[in-house]
Amino acid sequence: MLQVELSPEEIRTAKPYRQWDMTDAEYDRFTQLIGHLPTFTEVGLASGMWSEHCAYKYSKPVLRQFWTKNENVVMGPGEGAGAIRIGAGKVVVFKAESHNHPSAVEPYEGAATGVGGIIRDIFSMGAKPIAVLDSLRFGELTDPRTRQLLDQVVAGIAGYGNAIGIPTVGGETAFDPTYARNPLVNAMCVGIMDEDQLQKGRAAGVGNAILYVGAKTGRDGINGASFASGTFSDSEAADRSAVQVGDPFMEKLLVDACLKVTNDHQDILVGMQDMGAAGLVSSSVEMAGKSASGMALDLDLVPQREPDMTSFEIMLSESQERMLLCVAAGHEAEIQEIFARYGLDAVVIGRVTAGHQYVLTHHGETVCDIPVSSLTSDAPVYHQAGQQPARLQAPAPDWQPVITDVTATWTRLMNQPTIANKASLFSRYDAQVQTNTVVLPGSDAAVLRIKGTDRAIAMTTDSNGRYVYLDPYIGGQRTVAEAAANLVASGATPLGITDCLNYGDPTKPEIFYELETSAQGITAATKVFNTPVISGNVSLYNETNGTAIYPTPMVGMVGLIEDMTTITTQDFKQAGDLVYLVGTTQPDFSGSEIQKLLTGDIAGRLADLDLATVKHQQDLVLAAIQAHLVTAAHDLSEGGLLTGLAEMAFANQIGADLRVAVPTSWLFAETPGRFLITIAPENQPAFEKVLGSAATLLGRTTAAPQVTIAAPNRTFSASLADLHQAWEEGIPCRMN
Amino acid sequence: MRAAVITFPGSNCDEDLQWALAHVCGIPADLVPASQETLAGYDAVFLPGGFSYGDYLRSGAIARFSPIMTAVQDFAAAGGFVVGICNGFQILTEAGLLPGALQWNTSLHFICAPAPLTVVNTATAFSNHYADMESVTLPIAHGEGSYYADPATLAELEANHQVVFRYQDNPNGSIHDIAGITNRAGNVLGMMPHPERAVEALLGGTDGRGVFYSLLNATKGAAAHVAG
Repeated sequence: MLQVELSPEEIRTAKPYRQWDMTDAEYDRFTQLIGHLPTFTEVGLASGMWSEHCAYKYSKPVLRQFWTKNENVVMGPGEGAGAIRIGAGKVVVFKAESHNHPSAVEPYEGAATGVGGIIRDIFSMGAKPIAVLDSLRFGELTDPRTRQLLDQVVAGIAGYGNAIGIPTVGGETAFDPTYARNPLVNAMCVGIMDEDQLQKGRAAGVGNAILYVGAKTGRDGINGASFASGTFSDSEAADRSAVQVGDPFMEKLLVDACLKVTNDHQDILVGMQDMGAAGLVSSSVEMAGKSASGMALDLDLVPQREPDMTSFEIMLSESQERMLLCVAAGHEAEIQEIFARYGLDAVVIGRVTAGHQYVLTHHGETVCDIPVSSLTSDAPVYHQAGQQPARLQAPAPDWQPVITDVTATWTRLMNQPTIANKASLFSRYDAQVQTNTVVLPGSDAAVLRIKGTDRAIAMTTDSNGRYVYLDPYIGGQRTVAEAAANLVASGATPLGITDCLNYGDPTKPEIFYELETSAQGITAATKVFNTPVISGNVSLYNETNGTAIYPTPMVGMVGLIEDMTTITTQDFKQAGDLVYLVGTTQPDFSGSEIQKLLTGDIAGRLADLDLATVKHQQDLVLAAIQAHLVTAAHDLSEGGLLTGLAEMAFANQIGADLRVAVPTSWLFAETPGRFLITIAPENQPAFEKVLGSAATLLGRTTAAPQVTIAAPNRTFSASLADLHQAWEEGIPCRMN
Repeated sequence: MRAAVITFPGSNCDEDLQWALAHVCGIPADLVPASQETLAGYDAVFLPGGFSYGDYLRSGAIARFSPIMTAVQDFAAAGGFVVGICNGFQILTEAGLLPGALQWNTSLHFICAPAPLTVVNTATAFSNHYADMESVTLPIAHGEGSYYADPATLAELEANHQVVFRYQDNPNGSIHDIAGITNRAGNVLGMMPHPERAVEALLGGTDGRGVFYSLLNATKGAAAHVAG
C-alpha cells in the first residue's frame, strides 16, 4: 500500500493505478468522464468500481443474454439478490457468490467471509436467511496444500455459518488437479420473506440520511475487488492484506437488527445495501446510481478501527459486517435506537444531495468530486471476440473403458474423493438450526419446510467443469439439467437459478469463448426448464501461471414443493420394491469419473443433449412423485448408474437384484437425464401408466445387503459392506 | 406452565426452543432478552443453544455476566426449573449452577449428527416422561461438548444419580459418556443434545418431546414460580 498519496500530476506520470489492474486507457477514459485529472482517491475508487468484480466489464455482454424473467420473478439480477414467488404471499430470495481468490490465500477467513457476504446480500433485501449451500472445487488430496485448503475452507464455512445460526444444508465438493492452486469456493444463501416487504439498495430523496451500520472500518481487504480480478503467479507473493476477517457474532446482531428495521420501519427506510466488494464506495455509489441521485459523505464520520486511515483506504476497505442504509431525514434517531439495542454502531455519514455528484470530504478537504455515473453506468464494457480453443476443433476420439473386474472397479470408483461420502466434511456444519431442515445433506437436494405454510423448498448447487471444458455449450446445458434433476428427484418443481461463473482471464479469446458459449448453453436450458437466472456473480482470472481452471459455471437452483407429503429422498426404503431406470444409457464416457480414474485425464466429445426429452422425463418423474407412487428417487450423475445405485442402497443397507440390457462397462457411463426410481409393487400399473416407455423395470430391492446385476455379457455381484467401506474411507483416509 | 427462553446476544436456538415449547408442545414461552433483570411469573427458564457473545474467550464465559444471570441464579436457588441446552449448558457450568466443564470435542471439529442416548435417570423433573433406560435419538451440534469433571465431582455426580442422559456411541469424548446432568437439588438440567430439534416427525423424530412433557408433569398444578 502506498503510504504517501501522489498528486494528480504525479499519478499521471507514475501510473500507480496499474498495480490495481487499471489500464492506461481506462485511466484516460476516467479522466475524460470526470473532467479533471483524478486525485489519488478518485482513481483508487475507479480502480475498484471498474474492476471485473464490480463492473462486470468483460462479462456484461454475456450476462445480458441470460433469461431473467418469468411470471414468478419478483426481482431479477441487479439487486443484492433475486426473488421468486412461492405462493402464500411469500418470496424466496437467493444468490450465490464466489470467494475463490481470498480462499486460495487464506482459506479459513476467505471461506468464512464468503459466507458472511452472501448472507448480507440476502438480508439486505429484507429476507430472513434460512439456508446456506456451498460448491467447492479443490485439487487432488495427494497434495498436502490441498488437504490444508479443504480442511480450512470447511472450517471457515462452519465457523461462520454455525455461529450465525443459519444452517448449511447442502452443496457439493469435487476434486481435480485443474483447481490445485485456484480452489473454487462458491456460497449460496437462501432467504424467505413476504413479497410486500422487499427492499431495494437505493438512496433517494434530497436530504435523506446515509447511515453506516455495523463493524468499524479497518485496513483489511483494501481493494479486494481488484485483487479478485487479478491472477495468481509464483513470482508474486500473494497479497494477504487483501483478505478480510469475519466476525459472525457481529453479523448475527446485524441480521437481527436489520430485519427488525425492515419489518417494523419500512416507512422510513429508503434503501439498504451490504458493503461487499469495494466496500463503502461500491455500496454508496450504487445506491445513489440506482435513483440518479447525488451523494455527499464525510469520511471523518466513518467509524474506524485503525488510526490515520487514508480516504482511499476508508472507501476501499472490505472490512466485514457493515451495511449502508438510506433513512428518511428526521427519522435517524429511531433507526439508531434499534441498532443501539443490539450494541451496533449506526452513524450518519452523509446525505443524499441534489444533482449527480459524488462528493467525499476528509479532514475538511474535498478528496473526491466526480459524477456518480463515472463509477457506475459509465464504467467500461468490453465486447470481446471469442475464439474456439484448439482442443475443441479436433477433439480426441471417444474413449471406451475396458473393464475386466466390474466389482473391483466399482469399489475403486466409490473411493474416489469426488464420489466418496462427504459426511466427514458436512457433519462439521450445523444443518438443523432454525428447525426447518426436512432433508439433510447427502441426498440430491436439501429440503426445508417454510414455517407458517404447508410448503417446502428444495435447493441444490451443481457444476461440472470437465463437461464444460470438453464442450462449453453442452456442458452449460448439462449443468442446468443436472440441478433441475436434483430438485425433481426430491419432489420439487424447479423455480429459478443463481450462478457463479468461474473462468480464467476473459481477455484471452479462448477463455471468452468458453464463458460466452457455456452461458448460451445455460440460457437454452433455463428456458426449457423454466428456471430464469435471478442473480449471480462472475469470478474471472482463475488462473495460475497463465493456466486457467476448467470453465466451471456453478448453478444454484431452488424449487417448490407444494405438498410436503411428496418430499422424496434417494434411500431405498424397503426390500421388494421395484427398481426402474428412467431414460436410456448410452456409452457416454467423455469427462466421466471412470475416464478420469482409468486414464488419468479427460477427453472426447459430449453427445448432444435433447433438452426437450430430458425435461419431459423430469416432468414424468415429478408427476409420479406427486401421485405418491415413488418410494425413492435419485438422479444419476458422476459415476453413472452403479454409483447412484450404491448411494441409494447405503443408508438402509438394502440391496438390489437387477437385470440390464447394456454391457457392464456402460453402467459407469454418465448419460445425462436419467433417474433411478423405486416403487412399491402394488403401484406398478399406475407408475407405468404415468412413465410409459420412459421407464425400464430393472428388478427389485432385496433384504440381503448385496447388489447383483445380470448384464448381457456377464453377471456380477458386490457386497454393500465393501462398497460402503470404500465410499466411507474415500476422504478421511486421504486427509490423514 | 409458562416458560422463559433467554436470548443472549448470539443465541441462535432461542426461536427454535420457543417453537418447540409453544407451537409443538403447547407450553406458552416468551423470549426474554439477557439484558432483562427479572424472571417473575415463569415456571421454567431455558438457556438456549448458540454462540452467546460469539463464544469469544470460551463458550459461555461472557454470557454468565449478563444481567439476566443474577435472576437465573436466584430463580434456581429458589428451586425453579432451569434448563440449559448446548450453549446453555456451557453457560450453566460457567455460572457455577452445574459442576464440570465442556471442552473441545476430541476430534477438534464441530459435530452435527444424530446421537443415540440412554435415559439413565427417569426420576427427574426433566426425564419422568421417558421409560427407564429408554433409548432416544437427539441431534447434537457443537464444537465444545466434551464433558469433563474432576474425579471427586464425577464420583459425586454418579453417587447422587445426577447423570440423566448418556451417549451410546460417545461422539465427543465426554467423560462417563455424559450427555446431560442435573445439579444436586435436581432442579437445574444441562444437556448438549438438542431436544428442541427432535419434536416433529417431519424433521426426523419426536424423542425430544419427553424433556418438555416431563417438565409439564413436574409443574402440573403448581402455581407460577416467583423469583427475583
